[in-house]
Amino acid sequence: MLLGETFLIALQSIRGNLFRAALTMLGIVIGVAAVITMVALGAGAQAAIDAQMEALGGDILSIGSSNRFSRGVSRNQQTLTTDDADALARDSIYFDGIVPEIDNRQQIKYGNTNINVTILGTTPNYADVHLFNIAVGRMFDSSDDAGRRRVAVLASEIPGMLDTDAAGIVGRTIQIRSISFDVIGVLESKGSSGWRNPDDDVWIPLSTAQFRVAGNDRVENISAKVREGVSIELAMVDIERILRREHGILPGADNDFSIMNRKQFLDTRQEAAEVFTYLLAGIAGVSLLVGGIGIMNIMLVTVTERTREIGIRKAMGATNGNILLQFLVEAMVLCLLGGGLGLALGAGASYFASEFAGWQTQISSASIITAFTFSATVGLVFGMWPAKRAASLDPIDALRHE
Amino acid sequence: MNAVAIPEPQSDVVIRLQDIERIYHMGGETIYALRSVSLTIERNEYTAVMGPSGSGKSTMMNVIGCLDSPTGGNYWLNGRLVSAMNDRQLAHARNRDIGFVFQTFNLLSRMTALANVEVPLIYSGMRRRERHDRAQHALETVGLADRMSHRPSELSGGQRQRVAVARALVTEPSILLADEPTGNLDSATGREIMSLFDKLHDSGNTIIIVTHEKRVADHAARTIRLSDGAVISDGPSGDEA
Repeated sequence: MLLGETFLIALQSIRGNLFRAALTMLGIVIGVAAVITMVALGAGAQAAIDAQMEALGGDILSIGSSNRFSRGVSRNQQTLTTDDADALARDSIYFDGIVPEIDNRQQIKYGNTNINVTILGTTPNYADVHLFNIAVGRMFDSSDDAGRRRVAVLASEIPGMLDTDAAGIVGRTIQIRSISFDVIGVLESKGSSGWRNPDDDVWIPLSTAQFRVAGNDRVENISAKVREGVSIELAMVDIERILRREHGILPGADNDFSIMNRKQFLDTRQEAAEVFTYLLAGIAGVSLLVGGIGIMNIMLVTVTERTREIGIRKAMGATNGNILLQFLVEAMVLCLLGGGLGLALGAGASYFASEFAGWQTQISSASIITAFTFSATVGLVFGMWPAKRAASLDPIDALRHE
Repeated sequence: MNAVAIPEPQSDVVIRLQDIERIYHMGGETIYALRSVSLTIERNEYTAVMGPSGSGKSTMMNVIGCLDSPTGGNYWLNGRLVSAMNDRQLAHARNRDIGFVFQTFNLLSRMTALANVEVPLIYSGMRRRERHDRAQHALETVGLADRMSHRPSELSGGQRQRVAVARALVTEPSILLADEPTGNLDSATGREIMSLFDKLHDSGNTIIIVTHEKRVADHAARTIRLSDGAVISDGPSGDEA
């Protein structure tokens, strides 16, 4: 016979009780959907974190001004200066690069096109420390910075926003706050790093930004790339030592700056993503268990309902093995149908999660295989007992069963 | 001279029961359903088994039909010792050698007449095409050529029993076992079914019918009477014990 026939008999029996079968499958559907969504979200989150780790390219400490509290009121202040950056570069041996930066949103104009973008004033080593590559033209250098020259390097999306392309805009002039800047280079795309899109910035030399645009020597942020092999903690202590000295902060007084470790931030996010994955895995496990018990329950009912059928089949020459297989296959078909529906539901949920909630998701063939393996296993495990009961029925008792 | 293998002359004995005993234990009580039953049934015999309820008729049917194993004695079916068979071998014997017809028809309600008749052939591992042809032929034999795709609920009692007979016949068993085949039918339909059995007997089938109706038993050539699990008479039908 037999597998093909058994399969047909199972389908027939499920079709005879379609509503009940659908209710029975629900647990498996939810379980598998949870597994699929879990794996999709987990893989998506991991991919995002990996990409950000990659983009960071090592340990970068971010130093910012901290808000000062005075008489219970928090006040914004800019405490960092170019001198602080110079002091860090000069006095610490723990860093590969010190990059001061200021940024603010400004109107820029090219031809008849106006756009409002972030103008980033920074030093020439910004591209190296933050792992940007030049696509066309060149990065500004220290003489541009020292000379406060009006030159700009555009991130990859800017030429498009100005209705032109990279090759077309290098060598041309754009207006930033009505000041003309020569475009000397365009960057390669880097992709979103998670907190903001770095591909729609305009870079200008730090001194130019301070004296021609902002009008002071403050910097908002200093990025410090920690030398390989140096511990983050040691580097942070050294920053604190130098900046407290530079700012003349007395022992016991609070810092007027803060140090943030972006990698640490990502590690935390990764941990959160893992917890989230375990949580969903727990839900998936519980609903598969509950779904499996539902399958077992219905299969036991089915065996009782069809006791007479079992007797008839045995009288017609079905072996215990034939009967066992028939009910096992029925349980597995139920589970696999549930698994298929769950897969569709999970894929749908993942799609909506990425479309509307903006969560990154990835559905892989591995998760599809996982879903089907899971549901087949549930069918096998929870279908076994009812099937064994069916197979071991005495044919005479079964035939007499009303 | 060519050495030609001459087959053993085929024995005409289909069923041989020797001192068959079937004991049930029910709550400390021992019930003798069959005590020391010995009999032989030959090919193309037409036999009725009679007796009041509780006389052991059904137990004997179940033992002969390989649904039940005797607790004592020996049973040979076509020369093979059934009383020594395991579950699997019993299932095969039921599939190949026995054709059951039940009082309550015992058709599978979700399936068409044709699919019902195909059930035993599925378990003998026959291919779909051949199965289909055989089942169709069996239904034609019982006069239901025009009802093949009907479900049991769309058939009359007599038609249902005909489907059951077709299902019993389809494997070409050594013996047809009918347990009160007319018990659930009105007398006119019952007569129809009995004339079908007569016809099947005429075409060479070996038939055992369990009944408590003398009218039914009279169709058979031989009547075995049981009482309290023992054979009390065994002879040509019509002889009043």
